[in-house]
Amino acid sequence: MFIAVLLPLLFACLVPLLSKWKNAIHTGWFVLLIPSAIFVYLVRFVGQDFSPIRNTYPWIPSLNIQLDFYLDGLSLLFGLLISGIGALVVFYSIYYLHKSEQLGHFYVYLLMFMAAMFGVVFSDNIFVLYTFWELTSLSSFLLIGYWNHRKGSRYGALKSMLITVFGGLSLLGAFVLLSVVADTTSIQAMLDQKEMILNSPLFGWIVAFLFLGAFTKSAQFPFHIWLPDAMEAPTPVSAYLHSATMVKAGIFLIARFSILLSQTEWYFFVVTGIGLITLCWGSFMAVRQTDLKGILAYSTISQLGMIMAMLGFGTKIALFAAIFHILNHATFKGSLFMVAGIVDHETGTRDIRKLGGLMTWMPITATLALFGTFSMAGVPLPILNGFYSKELFFDSAIHLDSFSGWIEALKMAAPYLAVLGSIFTFVYSMYLFFGTFRGKANVEELPKKPHEAPIGMLIPPIILVALVVIIGLFPNLFAESFLNHAASAVKGAEIEKHVKFWHGFKTPLYMSLAVVGLGTLLYLTRHKWTGIYRVFPGSLTFNRVYDWMVDRSEKYSSVITNSYMNGSIRRYVRLTLAAMTIGTFIFLFTTNGLSFTGTSTAEITLPELFIVAMMIFAAVATIFTNNRIAAILILGVVGYGLAILFVMYRAPDLALTQLIIETVTVALFLLVFMHLPELRKRTESVGTKLTNAIISIGFGAMITLVGISSFNSKWFDPISDYFLETSKELGGGKNVVNVILVDMRGLDTLFEIAVLGIAALAIFGLVKIRRNDKEAK
Amino acid sequence: MKTSTNDLILRTTTTLIAFILLAFSIYLFLAGHNAPGGGFIGGLMTGAAIVLMYMTYGYDAVQKILPVNFRTMIPVGLLIAVLTGAGSFVFGEPFLSQTFKHLHHVPLLGDVELATALLFDLGVYLTVVGITMTIILTIANDQ
Repeated sequence: MFIAVLLPLLFACLVPLLSKWKNAIHTGWFVLLIPSAIFVYLVRFVGQDFSPIRNTYPWIPSLNIQLDFYLDGLSLLFGLLISGIGALVVFYSIYYLHKSEQLGHFYVYLLMFMAAMFGVVFSDNIFVLYTFWELTSLSSFLLIGYWNHRKGSRYGALKSMLITVFGGLSLLGAFVLLSVVADTTSIQAMLDQKEMILNSPLFGWIVAFLFLGAFTKSAQFPFHIWLPDAMEAPTPVSAYLHSATMVKAGIFLIARFSILLSQTEWYFFVVTGIGLITLCWGSFMAVRQTDLKGILAYSTISQLGMIMAMLGFGTKIALFAAIFHILNHATFKGSLFMVAGIVDHETGTRDIRKLGGLMTWMPITATLALFGTFSMAGVPLPILNGFYSKELFFDSAIHLDSFSGWIEALKMAAPYLAVLGSIFTFVYSMYLFFGTFRGKANVEELPKKPHEAPIGMLIPPIILVALVVIIGLFPNLFAESFLNHAASAVKGAEIEKHVKFWHGFKTPLYMSLAVVGLGTLLYLTRHKWTGIYRVFPGSLTFNRVYDWMVDRSEKYSSVITNSYMNGSIRRYVRLTLAAMTIGTFIFLFTTNGLSFTGTSTAEITLPELFIVAMMIFAAVATIFTNNRIAAILILGVVGYGLAILFVMYRAPDLALTQLIIETVTVALFLLVFMHLPELRKRTESVGTKLTNAIISIGFGAMITLVGISSFNSKWFDPISDYFLETSKELGGGKNVVNVILVDMRGLDTLFEIAVLGIAALAIFGLVKIRRNDKEAK
Repeated sequence: MKTSTNDLILRTTTTLIAFILLAFSIYLFLAGHNAPGGGFIGGLMTGAAIVLMYMTYGYDAVQKILPVNFRTMIPVGLLIAVLTGAGSFVFGEPFLSQTFKHLHHVPLLGDVELATALLFDLGVYLTVVGITMTIILTIANDQ
């Protein structure tokens, strides 16, 4: 299994080399080998009643993350779908994409996606699964935006990226919680100890995040909106990603964890409820579409909802039906996408209003579409596989386990909702087929003259339609060989189901007949009632919600950013100081840090008072002067006052340094400010001045309080005693300050002079460079 | 500082004061270990003396007397400081370990104390002189 994941990735590295010869031989022919080989490899497991196979390769053993690969019935079914449909899609794309396209890019993305999907379905380790899960989002983003010169492609790619990555990150949250609760990263080990996880208080969060991940990926209501926009991708991509594989990753996830999740009644309520809503909403909206691929996109959404609902039912028959429909949907939807691609390719449009009467021009395509659409509609013909899964769906919807309380209401409503969704499914299926291939042909108005597709483009849908019929004729062949096995893996118990050709005259058949009858009626009268779409949903679509959210988040974030980042340094300083003041005050008052013991204070002498008063006077005067030179000179008074204080407090080195530095600074300021213009008259409003005053007084008060508090709380003996004692003995000097500077803390001094040196050279550089600029001008 | 003043009194006193200042700065530098002073203050004082000379005699004259590029003094001073620190590696000691030795009965000087810290302080001194002069001359000469 490791090779199935690794092979496409390795081959993707080769593709750019091979695409150099794309004019001689289409790159797709080389790529075709990979999914075919993997398909053949996986087919060997079919039919055997094999016990699950597990392979382990170490990846990050310290975090307990191994590349655990696990092959049971469920992953085998998905593996076969991915490799089988993958091979057909690659084959189809050889004829669909012209050699002038960037084939190298296309096949690299496609192989990346294929490897990621194999990784998702085979992984047993949740973090490995998550890695591949995000790789599918990434490669799908690249594939949707393949024609990146189109605006629609970029929009669709971004939308699907945002929504699926949102879900992916929720999934990561679920997985992290799961690994914490279960203390393992292996899915099978988690399922084995489900009691422990169920009893965890975090279980609710795990379920919620897991559902978010699965519902966004599988385009469930209301996260379905990315799928119709993803139709901007090339049709092979739509056929592969958005019908058969990626959108079923969420289904796979729910199925994989259903042993664990289905223990609660909420599972039934959420999964079934969302599934049924998606089924009805998707099929209702599909009728409104005019684009062939748009119809198919909403159809996919609706069918995924149906599968999800069946997973939610959780009975043996429902799980079998879900698994059966995964296979059936992949076959008929894949073929229908390819048919839509052929129509687009051969007529130049996908707009169903312009198409019509193509049956005479494209008989083979029309035949293929006939089987595909009728199977999708669940027309009661025993040669179509869609009929069986729909019968099973109805059968399971009327045989639900009973639930307590108001959840029972959903159980009662389920069969009616199922029929309602199916009626609309029937309507859009008929609309899709008859609208495109029957009716009046207006060939002249089409961009191209229609003709039958080349045989290469027809082979993949022919194979898929053949599968539709083969599954329709011999459902038990598939059921017994691997579908039962897959369903058992979901249920965690043995499921033996034989699909009967004929259920007899029972309720499901009547439901099917009702669907066909009412569907036909609705289809024939559709011109009378489709006006309802203008009223409901009208313009109330979820796309508008999405656009509104994207638009608003951009707008509000720019409003918020601009509100404080206006480029004014004054404002930043104001905010910084206010934040520091408020933060420190909160800390001071909440931790009882404030203390005024006043026991260790010294006597205050008169000269000290005099000097301090002078400094305060000078400091206040600087605020109110409007002359620069005066401000500098008054500031000098503060500096010299400080030097005198140093003398008083017996710090001769500091006093000396302070004196000289103050002199030098004042001289430098005078030198620099000589060239500056006169100070402008300050024109701030009273409010600003008041704010500034409050902030500066608050900041000053804060510093004062912190100073007093820290002076009053001596928790340790000062280290200065040690310096005083050992200065002579260890440093050989009596000037303790100097011994500390050059000997005991010499490293500080070294870097301080380095700082000064850098400053001096920077000033030199700034002045000289400016002059050079002037000369250059 | 391009133009020299014609102030005779200033010129005459500067010849005297500049040398006193220089001598005082060297005293501060050497005495730093046992009395107030040290490389930093000594360097600043030397800088002040040289600035005084520049102010009195003008840029060209002092450049002629003191043909020193003060910018190169910064790296030289830093280099000396780092090398004295690295010198302790030779003796298997950690970076910037200082030691000292008392020499007795030296001719002329009597008892002297030689400390490796003085070499480090020399680095500080040279750097500070270089810094002061670089900054002041750069800004002052900027037109």
